Amino acid sequence: MTNPILELHDICYSYHSLEGETDALSHISFQVNKGEFLAIVGPSGCGKSTLLSIIAGLLLPENGKIHFPVPQEEGIDKHPAADCPRIGYMLQHDHLFEWRTIYRNVTLGLEINHQLTTEKKQRVMELLKDYGLDKFKDKKPGELSGGMKQRAALIRTLALDPEILLLDEPFSALDYQTRLSVSSDICGIIRSAKKTAILVTHDLSEAISLADRILVLSKRPATIKCDIPIHLTISGHSPLASRNAPEYQGYFNQLWKEISDEDHMQTSKSIQPGS
Amino acid sequence: MKTTCKPLKASSRVLSSQEKYERSRLKHHRLVTLARFLILIFFLLIWEFSAGAGYIDPFFFSSPSRVTLCFSDMIKDGTFFINTGVTLLETVASFLLVLMIGMLSATLLWYSHKCSEVLEPYLVVLNSLPKSALAPLFIVWLGTGINTIIVAGISVAVFGSIINLYTGFRQVDEEKIKLIYTLGGGKKDAFLKVVLPGSIPTILSNMKVNIGLALVGVVIGEFLAARRGLGYLIIYGSQVFKHWTEMTKRYPNYHFPPL
Repeated sequence: MTNPILELHDICYSYHSLEGETDALSHISFQVNKGEFLAIVGPSGCGKSTLLSIIAGLLLPENGKIHFPVPQEEGIDKHPAADCPRIGYMLQHDHLFEWRTIYRNVTLGLEINHQLTTEKKQRVMELLKDYGLDKFKDKKPGELSGGMKQRAALIRTLALDPEILLLDEPFSALDYQTRLSVSSDICGIIRSAKKTAILVTHDLSEAISLADRILVLSKRPATIKCDIPIHLTISGHSPLASRNAPEYQGYFNQLWKEISDEDHMQTSKSIQPGS
Repeated sequence: MKTTCKPLKASSRVLSSQEKYERSRLKHHRLVTLARFLILIFFLLIWEFSAGAGYIDPFFFSSPSRVTLCFSDMIKDGTFFINTGVTLLETVASFLLVLMIGMLSATLLWYSHKCSEVLEPYLVVLNSLPKSALAPLFIVWLGTGINTIIVAGISVAVFGSIINLYTGFRQVDEEKIKLIYTLGGGKKDAFLKVVLPGSIPTILSNMKVNIGLALVGVVIGEFLAARRGLGYLIIYGSQVFKHWTEMTKRYPNYHFPPL
Protein backbone atom coordinates (compact mmCIF):
# COMPACT_ATOMS: atom_id res chain seq x y z
CA MET A 1 0.00 0.00 0.00
CA THR A 2 1.33 3.39 -0.85
CA ASN A 3 0.23 6.46 0.99
CA PRO A 4 2.63 9.18 -0.04
CA ILE A 5 3.07 12.19 2.21
CA LEU A 6 5.87 13.77 0.19
CA GLU A 7 6.62 13.68 -3.51
CA LEU A 8 9.56 15.24 -5.28
CA HIS A 9 9.39 15.70 -9.02
CA ASP A 10 12.48 16.38 -11.05
CA ILE A 11 14.23 18.62 -8.53
CA CYS A 12 17.30 20.50 -9.77
CA TYR A 13 19.47 22.87 -7.81
CA SER A 14 22.80 24.57 -8.37
CA TYR A 15 24.91 26.95 -6.36
CA HIS A 16 26.06 30.13 -8.02
CA SER A 17 29.17 32.15 -7.40
CA LEU A 18 31.23 34.51 -9.50
CA GLU A 19 33.56 31.63 -10.31
CA GLY A 20 30.68 29.84 -11.94
CA GLU A 21 27.87 27.46 -11.36
CA THR A 22 28.04 24.23 -9.35
CA ASP A 23 25.32 21.72 -9.98
CA ALA A 24 24.28 20.13 -6.72
CA LEU A 25 21.14 18.18 -7.57
CA SER A 26 20.00 17.00 -10.94
CA HIS A 27 16.56 15.60 -11.67
CA ILE A 28 15.81 14.07 -8.30
CA SER A 29 12.41 12.41 -8.05
CA PHE A 30 11.14 10.17 -5.28
CA GLN A 31 8.29 9.83 -2.90
CA VAL A 32 8.03 9.05 0.78
CA ASN A 33 5.10 7.23 2.33
CA LYS A 34 3.50 8.16 5.57
CA GLY A 35 5.23 6.51 8.50
CA GLU A 36 8.21 5.50 6.43
CA PHE A 37 11.80 5.90 7.61
CA LEU A 38 13.93 6.82 4.63
CA ALA A 39 17.71 7.10 4.73
CA ILE A 40 19.71 8.99 2.13
CA VAL A 41 23.37 8.07 1.72
CA GLY A 42 25.93 9.23 -0.78
CA PRO A 43 29.51 10.39 -1.16
CA SER A 44 30.38 13.43 0.92
CA GLY A 45 29.56 16.77 -0.61
CA CYS A 46 27.01 15.30 -3.01
CA GLY A 47 24.19 17.60 -1.96
CA LYS A 48 22.36 15.55 0.66
CA SER A 49 21.95 18.51 2.99
CA THR A 50 20.87 20.71 0.09
CA LEU A 51 18.11 18.22 -0.63
CA LEU A 52 16.85 18.42 2.96
CA SER A 53 16.97 22.22 2.88
CA ILE A 54 14.82 22.16 -0.24
CA ILE A 55 12.29 19.80 1.33
CA ALA A 56 12.20 22.02 4.42
CA GLY A 57 11.51 25.02 2.22
CA LEU A 58 14.68 26.87 3.19
CA LEU A 59 15.92 26.78 -0.41
CA LEU A 60 13.82 27.06 -3.54
CA PRO A 61 14.56 24.46 -6.23
CA GLU A 62 15.55 25.88 -9.61
CA ASN A 63 13.43 23.34 -11.36
CA GLY A 64 10.90 20.75 -10.32
CA LYS A 65 8.16 20.56 -7.76
CA ILE A 66 7.63 19.37 -4.25
CA HIS A 67 4.20 18.08 -3.49
CA PHE A 68 2.66 17.10 -0.18
CA PRO A 69 -0.35 14.88 -0.90
CA VAL A 70 -2.92 14.91 1.87
CA PRO A 71 -2.64 11.51 3.54
CA GLN A 72 -5.74 9.47 2.81
CA GLU A 73 -6.97 8.65 6.28
CA GLU A 74 -6.97 12.28 7.32
CA GLY A 75 -9.90 14.50 6.57
CA ILE A 76 -9.72 17.09 3.82
CA ASP A 77 -8.54 20.50 4.90
CA LYS A 78 -7.83 19.79 8.51
CA HIS A 79 -6.08 23.11 8.74
CA PRO A 80 -5.82 25.94 6.20
CA ALA A 81 -2.36 24.93 5.08
CA ALA A 82 -3.39 21.32 4.59
CA ASP A 83 -1.15 20.84 1.58
CA CYS A 84 1.91 21.76 3.58
CA PRO A 85 2.52 19.47 6.53
CA ARG A 86 4.58 20.52 9.48
CA ILE A 87 8.21 19.70 8.91
CA GLY A 88 10.76 19.31 11.69
CA TYR A 89 14.39 19.74 10.77
CA MET A 90 17.13 18.49 13.04
CA LEU A 91 20.56 19.89 12.26
CA GLN A 92 23.94 18.26 12.68
CA HIS A 93 24.80 20.27 15.79
CA ASP A 94 22.39 20.83 18.63
CA HIS A 95 22.73 24.66 18.58
CA LEU A 96 21.21 24.94 22.02
CA PHE A 97 21.45 28.55 23.13
CA GLU A 98 23.76 29.04 26.06
CA TRP A 99 21.74 32.01 27.32
CA ARG A 100 18.60 29.90 27.76
CA THR A 101 17.92 27.02 30.13
CA ILE A 102 17.24 23.60 28.64
CA TYR A 103 13.51 24.10 29.15
CA ARG A 104 13.55 27.48 27.42
CA ASN A 105 15.62 25.96 24.63
CA VAL A 106 13.24 23.09 23.94
CA THR A 107 10.25 25.41 23.96
CA LEU A 108 11.92 27.82 21.51
CA GLY A 109 9.91 26.53 18.54
CA LEU A 110 6.65 26.88 20.45
CA GLU A 111 7.65 30.39 21.47
CA ILE A 112 8.39 31.39 17.88
CA ASN A 113 5.10 29.96 16.64
CA HIS A 114 3.14 31.47 19.55
CA GLN A 115 1.99 28.04 20.71
CA LEU A 116 3.04 28.15 24.35
CA THR A 117 -0.18 26.60 25.61
CA THR A 118 -0.45 24.57 28.82
CA GLU A 119 -1.21 21.50 26.75
CA LYS A 120 1.96 21.82 24.67
CA LYS A 121 4.03 22.67 27.73
CA GLN A 122 2.75 19.52 29.36
CA ARG A 123 3.80 17.49 26.33
CA VAL A 124 7.28 19.00 26.44
CA MET A 125 7.54 18.09 30.12
CA GLU A 126 6.54 14.50 29.30
CA LEU A 127 9.15 14.33 26.57
CA LEU A 128 11.79 15.71 28.94
CA LYS A 129 10.83 13.09 31.51
CA ASP A 130 10.93 10.29 28.92
CA TYR A 131 14.47 11.18 27.96
CA GLY A 132 15.73 11.70 31.47
CA LEU A 133 16.18 15.43 31.04
CA ASP A 134 13.54 16.64 33.50
CA LYS A 135 16.17 17.02 36.24
CA PHE A 136 18.21 19.20 33.92
CA LYS A 137 15.50 21.46 32.64
CA ASP A 138 16.77 24.50 34.56
CA LYS A 139 20.41 23.90 33.67
CA LYS A 140 22.32 25.64 30.93
CA PRO A 141 23.30 23.56 27.86
CA GLY A 142 26.99 23.78 28.78
CA GLU A 143 26.34 21.55 31.80
CA LEU A 144 25.00 18.66 29.71
CA SER A 145 26.82 15.88 27.88
CA GLY A 146 26.78 15.64 24.09
CA GLY A 147 24.15 12.90 24.03
CA MET A 148 21.85 14.83 26.36
CA LYS A 149 22.18 17.95 24.24
CA GLN A 150 21.25 16.02 21.12
CA ARG A 151 18.22 14.59 22.91
CA ALA A 152 17.23 18.10 23.97
CA ALA A 153 17.59 19.21 20.34
CA LEU A 154 15.28 16.37 19.31
CA ILE A 155 12.69 17.38 21.90
CA ARG A 156 12.90 20.94 20.59
CA THR A 157 12.09 19.59 17.13
CA LEU A 158 9.33 17.26 18.37
CA ALA A 159 7.67 19.93 20.51
CA LEU A 160 6.15 21.39 17.35
CA ASP A 161 4.66 17.97 16.58
CA PRO A 162 6.01 17.71 13.02
CA GLU A 163 4.55 15.21 10.57
CA ILE A 164 7.79 14.82 8.65
CA LEU A 165 11.14 14.80 10.43
CA LEU A 166 14.28 15.69 8.53
CA LEU A 167 17.47 14.51 10.22
CA ASP A 168 20.71 15.95 8.85
CA GLU A 169 23.45 13.69 10.21
CA PRO A 170 22.15 14.31 13.70
CA PHE A 171 24.51 11.84 15.35
CA SER A 172 27.76 12.66 13.61
CA ALA A 173 29.00 15.01 16.32
CA LEU A 174 28.63 12.32 19.01
CA ASP A 175 31.11 9.69 20.14
CA TYR A 176 30.40 6.12 19.05
CA GLN A 177 28.81 4.85 22.25
CA THR A 178 26.54 7.86 22.70
CA ARG A 179 25.72 7.69 19.06
CA LEU A 180 24.37 4.14 19.32
CA SER A 181 22.20 4.92 22.32
CA VAL A 182 20.94 8.26 21.00
CA SER A 183 20.17 6.79 17.60
CA SER A 184 18.21 3.93 19.14
CA ASP A 185 16.31 6.43 21.32
CA ILE A 186 15.48 8.62 18.39
CA CYS A 187 14.52 5.66 16.26
CA GLY A 188 12.23 4.48 19.09
CA ILE A 189 10.49 7.85 19.33
CA ILE A 190 9.97 8.12 15.62
CA ARG A 191 8.64 4.57 15.33
CA SER A 192 6.32 4.82 18.29
CA ALA A 193 4.93 8.18 17.19
CA LYS A 194 4.57 6.82 13.63
CA LYS A 195 6.37 9.84 12.24
CA THR A 196 7.72 10.00 8.73
CA ALA A 197 11.46 10.56 8.78
CA ILE A 198 14.19 11.28 6.29
CA LEU A 199 17.69 10.71 7.60
CA VAL A 200 20.79 11.93 5.83
CA THR A 201 23.90 10.06 6.93
CA HIS A 202 27.29 8.90 5.77
CA ASP A 203 27.26 5.94 8.13
CA LEU A 204 26.06 2.91 6.17
CA SER A 205 25.41 0.70 9.19
CA GLU A 206 23.34 3.46 10.75
CA ALA A 207 21.29 3.72 7.57
CA ILE A 208 20.66 -0.04 7.38
CA SER A 209 19.80 -0.44 11.04
CA LEU A 210 17.42 2.54 11.22
CA ALA A 211 15.72 2.83 7.86
CA ASP A 212 12.97 1.08 5.92
CA ARG A 213 14.40 2.21 2.64
CA ILE A 214 17.71 3.64 1.51
CA LEU A 215 18.31 6.03 -1.37
CA VAL A 216 21.85 6.11 -2.71
CA LEU A 217 22.85 9.37 -4.35
CA SER A 218 25.61 9.64 -6.91
CA LYS A 219 28.43 12.14 -6.71
CA ARG A 220 27.75 15.77 -7.57
CA PRO A 221 25.55 16.65 -9.40
CA ALA A 222 23.53 14.18 -7.39
CA THR A 223 21.11 11.81 -9.06
CA ILE A 224 19.35 8.87 -7.46
CA LYS A 225 21.56 5.88 -8.07
CA CYS A 226 19.45 3.22 -6.48
CA ASP A 227 16.57 2.75 -4.13
CA ILE A 228 16.98 -0.19 -1.77
CA PRO A 229 14.13 -1.34 0.47
CA ILE A 230 15.41 -2.86 3.70
CA HIS A 231 13.79 -5.95 5.13
CA LEU A 232 15.44 -7.33 8.21
CA THR A 233 14.13 -10.49 9.86
CA ILE A 234 14.21 -9.32 13.43
CA SER A 235 11.55 -8.50 15.92
CA GLY A 236 11.21 -4.84 16.78
CA HIS A 237 13.36 -2.14 15.36
CA SER A 238 16.19 -1.80 17.80
CA PRO A 239 19.17 -0.51 15.83
CA LEU A 240 21.53 -2.72 17.82
CA ALA A 241 19.54 -5.88 17.12
CA SER A 242 19.31 -4.87 13.48
CA ARG A 243 23.05 -5.14 13.18
CA ASN A 244 22.83 -8.84 13.99
CA ALA A 245 20.16 -9.58 11.42
CA PRO A 246 21.25 -12.13 8.82
CA GLU A 247 20.54 -9.75 5.93
CA TYR A 248 22.62 -6.94 7.43
CA GLN A 249 25.96 -7.90 5.89
CA GLY A 250 24.42 -8.34 2.44
CA TYR A 251 22.91 -4.86 2.50
CA PHE A 252 26.11 -3.39 3.79
CA ASN A 253 28.16 -4.88 0.96
CA GLN A 254 25.62 -3.79 -1.62
CA LEU A 255 25.63 -0.19 -0.35
CA TRP A 256 29.39 -0.13 -0.05
CA LYS A 257 29.74 -1.29 -3.64
CA GLU A 258 27.36 1.39 -4.91
CA ILE A 259 29.15 4.16 -3.04
CA SER A 260 32.71 3.07 -3.69
CA ASP A 261 31.94 2.68 -7.40
CA GLU A 262 31.11 6.36 -7.30
CA ASP A 263 34.32 7.24 -5.53
CA HIS A 264 36.45 5.41 -8.01
CA MET A 265 34.73 6.89 -11.00
CA GLN A 266 35.24 10.23 -9.39
CA THR A 267 38.91 9.98 -8.44
CA SER A 268 40.65 8.08 -11.19
CA LYS A 269 40.13 5.17 -13.44
CA SER A 270 43.68 3.93 -13.10
CA ILE A 271 43.21 2.83 -9.51
CA GLN A 272 41.30 -0.42 -9.53
CA PRO A 273 39.13 -1.16 -6.50
CA GLY A 274 40.89 -3.62 -4.21
CA SER A 275 38.79 -6.65 -3.46
CA MET B 1 32.27 26.65 46.61
CA LYS B 2 31.35 25.36 50.02
CA THR B 3 32.75 22.25 51.59
CA THR B 4 30.06 19.75 52.44
CA CYS B 5 31.01 18.93 56.02
CA LYS B 6 30.79 21.58 58.72
CA PRO B 7 34.04 22.17 60.59
CA LEU B 8 33.82 21.22 64.28
CA LYS B 9 36.72 23.17 65.64
CA ALA B 10 38.52 25.40 63.25
CA SER B 11 41.75 25.59 65.22
CA SER B 12 42.62 21.95 65.85
CA ARG B 13 41.81 20.47 62.49
CA VAL B 14 43.62 19.41 59.40
CA LEU B 15 42.65 21.63 56.48
CA SER B 16 40.96 19.94 53.59
CA SER B 17 42.37 20.70 50.17
CA GLN B 18 39.29 22.74 49.31
CA GLU B 19 39.83 24.95 52.34
CA LYS B 20 43.48 25.32 51.50
CA TYR B 21 42.49 26.41 48.04
CA GLU B 22 39.96 28.91 49.39
CA ARG B 23 42.52 30.38 51.77
CA SER B 24 45.13 30.75 49.08
CA ARG B 25 42.60 32.50 46.86
CA LEU B 26 41.72 34.90 49.68
CA LYS B 27 45.38 35.60 50.34
CA HIS B 28 45.98 36.29 46.69
CA HIS B 29 43.00 38.63 46.54
CA ARG B 30 44.21 40.62 49.56
CA LEU B 31 47.70 40.88 48.15
CA VAL B 32 46.40 42.34 44.87
CA THR B 33 44.24 44.93 46.69
CA LEU B 34 47.10 45.91 48.97
CA ALA B 35 49.53 46.31 46.07
CA ARG B 36 47.07 48.53 44.22
CA PHE B 37 46.78 50.91 47.20
CA LEU B 38 50.50 50.91 47.85
CA ILE B 39 51.25 52.02 44.29
CA LEU B 40 48.85 54.98 44.64
CA ILE B 41 50.25 56.01 48.02
CA PHE B 42 53.82 55.65 46.79
CA PHE B 43 53.08 57.83 43.75
CA LEU B 44 51.44 60.57 45.88
CA LEU B 45 54.33 60.53 48.36
CA ILE B 46 56.94 60.90 45.61
CA TRP B 47 54.95 63.74 44.06
CA GLU B 48 54.53 65.60 47.35
CA PHE B 49 58.15 65.06 48.31
CA SER B 50 59.61 66.22 44.99
CA ALA B 51 57.40 69.32 44.95
CA GLY B 52 58.31 70.12 48.55
CA ALA B 53 62.03 69.54 48.01
CA GLY B 54 62.04 71.58 44.82
CA TYR B 55 62.89 68.82 42.35
CA ILE B 56 59.83 69.88 40.36
CA ASP B 57 58.30 73.34 40.24
CA PRO B 58 55.02 73.24 42.20
CA PHE B 59 53.77 76.13 40.06
CA PHE B 60 53.73 73.91 37.00
CA PHE B 61 53.27 70.48 38.55
CA SER B 62 51.28 71.30 41.69
CA SER B 63 51.38 68.83 44.58
CA PRO B 64 48.93 66.50 46.29
CA SER B 65 48.51 68.85 49.28
CA ARG B 66 47.67 71.83 47.04
CA VAL B 67 45.29 69.67 45.05
CA THR B 68 43.55 68.55 48.23
CA LEU B 69 43.33 72.12 49.49
CA CYS B 70 41.81 73.36 46.26
CA PHE B 71 39.47 70.38 46.20
CA SER B 72 38.16 71.11 49.69
CA ASP B 73 37.69 74.79 48.76
CA MET B 74 35.65 73.80 45.78
CA ILE B 75 33.56 71.42 47.82
CA LYS B 76 32.91 74.22 50.32
CA ASP B 77 31.75 76.74 47.75
CA GLY B 78 29.85 74.10 45.79
CA THR B 79 31.51 74.63 42.41
CA PHE B 80 32.73 71.05 42.39
CA PHE B 81 29.31 69.48 42.68
CA ILE B 82 27.65 71.81 40.22
CA ASN B 83 30.29 71.32 37.55
CA THR B 84 30.65 67.57 38.04
CA GLY B 85 26.87 67.23 38.04
CA VAL B 86 26.56 69.12 34.78
CA THR B 87 29.27 67.07 33.08
CA LEU B 88 27.81 63.83 34.43
CA LEU B 89 24.36 64.73 33.17
CA GLU B 90 25.68 65.62 29.72
CA THR B 91 27.78 62.47 29.56
CA VAL B 92 24.91 60.20 30.57
CA ALA B 93 22.59 61.90 28.09
CA SER B 94 24.99 61.51 25.20
CA PHE B 95 25.83 57.95 26.26
CA LEU B 96 22.18 56.93 26.23
CA LEU B 97 21.62 58.63 22.88
CA VAL B 98 24.69 56.91 21.43
CA LEU B 99 23.40 53.56 22.69
CA MET B 100 19.99 54.18 21.16
CA ILE B 101 21.22 55.47 17.81
CA GLY B 102 23.89 52.76 17.66
CA MET B 103 21.48 49.91 18.35
CA LEU B 104 18.85 51.20 15.94
CA SER B 105 21.30 51.79 13.11
CA ALA B 106 23.10 48.47 13.60
CA THR B 107 19.75 46.66 13.60
CA LEU B 108 18.74 48.40 10.40
CA LEU B 109 22.05 47.54 8.75
CA TRP B 110 21.66 43.91 9.84
CA TYR B 111 18.16 43.72 8.41
CA SER B 112 19.13 45.11 5.04
CA HIS B 113 22.31 43.76 3.57
CA LYS B 114 22.04 46.14 0.64
CA CYS B 115 21.76 49.11 2.95
CA SER B 116 24.85 48.09 4.91
CA GLU B 117 26.86 47.55 1.74
CA VAL B 118 25.92 51.00 0.46
CA LEU B 119 26.60 52.80 3.74
CA GLU B 120 29.78 51.05 4.85
CA PRO B 121 32.32 53.47 3.31
CA TYR B 122 30.41 56.43 4.73
CA LEU B 123 30.54 54.95 8.20
CA VAL B 124 34.29 54.36 7.95
CA VAL B 125 34.90 57.94 6.76
CA LEU B 126 32.63 59.49 9.40
CA ASN B 127 34.25 57.40 12.11
CA SER B 128 37.74 58.53 11.14
CA LEU B 129 36.86 62.25 11.14
CA PRO B 130 38.67 64.20 13.87
CA LYS B 131 35.56 64.88 15.91
CA SER B 132 37.06 67.67 18.00
CA ALA B 133 37.38 69.64 14.76
CA LEU B 134 33.61 69.43 14.39
CA ALA B 135 32.89 71.08 17.72
CA PRO B 136 33.16 74.69 16.39
CA LEU B 137 30.67 73.73 13.68
CA PHE B 138 28.23 72.47 16.28
CA ILE B 139 28.50 75.82 18.07
CA VAL B 140 27.62 77.61 14.85
CA TRP B 141 24.70 75.28 14.20
CA LEU B 142 23.31 74.79 17.68
CA GLY B 143 24.52 77.70 19.76
CA THR B 144 26.41 77.37 23.03
CA GLY B 145 23.90 75.49 25.11
CA ILE B 146 23.79 71.99 26.52
CA ASN B 147 22.62 70.64 23.13
CA THR B 148 25.95 71.43 21.49
CA ILE B 149 27.83 69.63 24.22
CA ILE B 150 25.62 66.55 24.07
CA VAL B 151 25.95 66.45 20.29
CA ALA B 152 29.73 66.73 20.64
CA GLY B 153 29.64 63.77 23.02
CA ILE B 154 27.51 61.77 20.59
CA SER B 155 29.69 62.59 17.61
CA VAL B 156 32.79 61.09 19.21
CA ALA B 157 31.19 57.74 20.04
CA VAL B 158 28.36 57.06 17.65
CA PHE B 159 30.01 55.95 14.41
CA GLY B 160 32.44 53.56 16.04
CA SER B 161 29.56 52.21 18.05
CA ILE B 162 27.47 51.50 14.94
CA ILE B 163 30.38 49.75 13.22
CA ASN B 164 31.18 47.61 16.27
CA LEU B 165 27.60 46.61 16.97
CA TYR B 166 26.96 45.76 13.33
CA THR B 167 30.12 43.63 13.17
CA GLY B 168 28.99 41.89 16.36
CA PHE B 169 25.56 41.18 14.87
CA ARG B 170 27.09 39.73 11.72
CA GLN B 171 29.36 37.38 13.63
CA VAL B 172 26.47 35.35 15.01
CA ASP B 173 26.62 31.74 13.81
CA GLU B 174 24.71 31.35 10.52
CA GLU B 175 23.66 27.83 11.53
CA LYS B 176 21.89 29.19 14.61
CA ILE B 177 19.93 31.52 12.35
CA LYS B 178 19.14 28.57 10.10
CA LEU B 179 17.79 26.78 13.15
CA ILE B 180 15.30 29.60 13.72
CA TYR B 181 14.15 29.27 10.12
CA THR B 182 13.73 25.49 10.51
CA LEU B 183 11.51 26.16 13.53
CA GLY B 184 9.29 28.31 11.36
CA GLY B 185 10.61 31.68 12.46
CA GLY B 186 11.30 34.72 10.31
CA LYS B 187 13.99 37.36 10.22
CA LYS B 188 12.48 39.13 13.21
CA ASP B 189 12.66 35.95 15.30
CA ALA B 190 16.23 35.40 14.16
CA PHE B 191 17.09 38.87 15.38
CA LEU B 192 15.23 38.74 18.68
CA LYS B 193 16.04 35.13 19.64
CA VAL B 194 19.57 34.71 18.32
CA VAL B 195 21.32 37.86 17.17
CA LEU B 196 20.37 40.14 20.04
CA PRO B 197 20.93 37.74 22.98
CA GLY B 198 24.03 36.36 21.27
CA SER B 199 25.51 39.85 20.96
CA ILE B 200 25.07 40.86 24.59
CA PRO B 201 28.82 40.58 25.34
CA THR B 202 29.56 42.82 22.34
CA ILE B 203 26.89 45.30 23.41
CA LEU B 204 28.24 45.44 26.97
CA SER B 205 31.84 45.96 25.92
CA ASN B 206 30.64 48.57 23.44
CA MET B 207 28.83 50.39 26.25
CA LYS B 208 31.99 50.42 28.35
CA VAL B 209 33.96 52.04 25.55
CA ASN B 210 31.13 54.46 24.74
CA ILE B 211 30.75 55.98 28.18
CA GLY B 212 34.45 56.90 28.13
CA LEU B 213 34.21 58.33 24.62
CA ALA B 214 31.06 60.27 25.51
CA LEU B 215 32.93 61.86 28.40
CA VAL B 216 35.80 62.81 26.08
CA GLY B 217 33.34 64.38 23.63
CA VAL B 218 31.48 66.24 26.36
CA VAL B 219 34.70 67.68 27.80
CA ILE B 220 35.79 68.78 24.31
CA GLY B 221 32.42 70.48 23.90
CA GLU B 222 32.76 72.16 27.27
CA PHE B 223 36.22 73.43 26.39
CA LEU B 224 34.67 75.51 23.64
CA ALA B 225 31.11 76.29 24.55
CA ALA B 226 30.26 76.12 28.22
CA ARG B 227 30.13 78.17 31.35
CA ARG B 228 29.80 75.15 33.56
CA GLY B 229 31.15 71.64 33.66
CA LEU B 230 34.52 69.99 34.15
CA GLY B 231 35.74 70.93 30.67
CA TYR B 232 35.03 74.56 31.41
CA LEU B 233 36.90 74.36 34.75
CA ILE B 234 39.91 72.74 33.06
CA ILE B 235 40.08 75.50 30.45
CA TYR B 236 39.57 78.16 33.13
CA GLY B 237 42.20 76.61 35.34
CA SER B 238 44.82 76.39 32.63
CA GLN B 239 44.14 79.91 31.45
CA VAL B 240 44.74 81.35 34.91
CA PHE B 241 47.67 78.96 35.48
CA LYS B 242 45.96 77.31 38.37
CA HIS B 243 47.20 73.91 37.47
CA TRP B 244 46.24 72.36 40.71
CA THR B 245 42.66 73.27 39.89
CA GLU B 246 43.03 71.46 36.64
CA MET B 247 44.55 68.41 38.27
CA THR B 248 41.71 68.23 40.76
CA LYS B 249 39.20 68.44 37.95
CA ARG B 250 40.85 65.59 36.18
CA TYR B 251 41.10 63.53 39.29
CA PRO B 252 37.35 63.05 39.87
CA ASN B 253 36.99 61.72 36.35
CA TYR B 254 38.77 58.67 37.61
CA HIS B 255 36.27 58.38 40.39
CA PHE B 256 33.66 57.61 37.79
CA PRO B 257 35.42 55.02 35.71
CA PRO B 258 33.43 53.77 32.73
CA LEU B 259 31.01 51.21 34.24
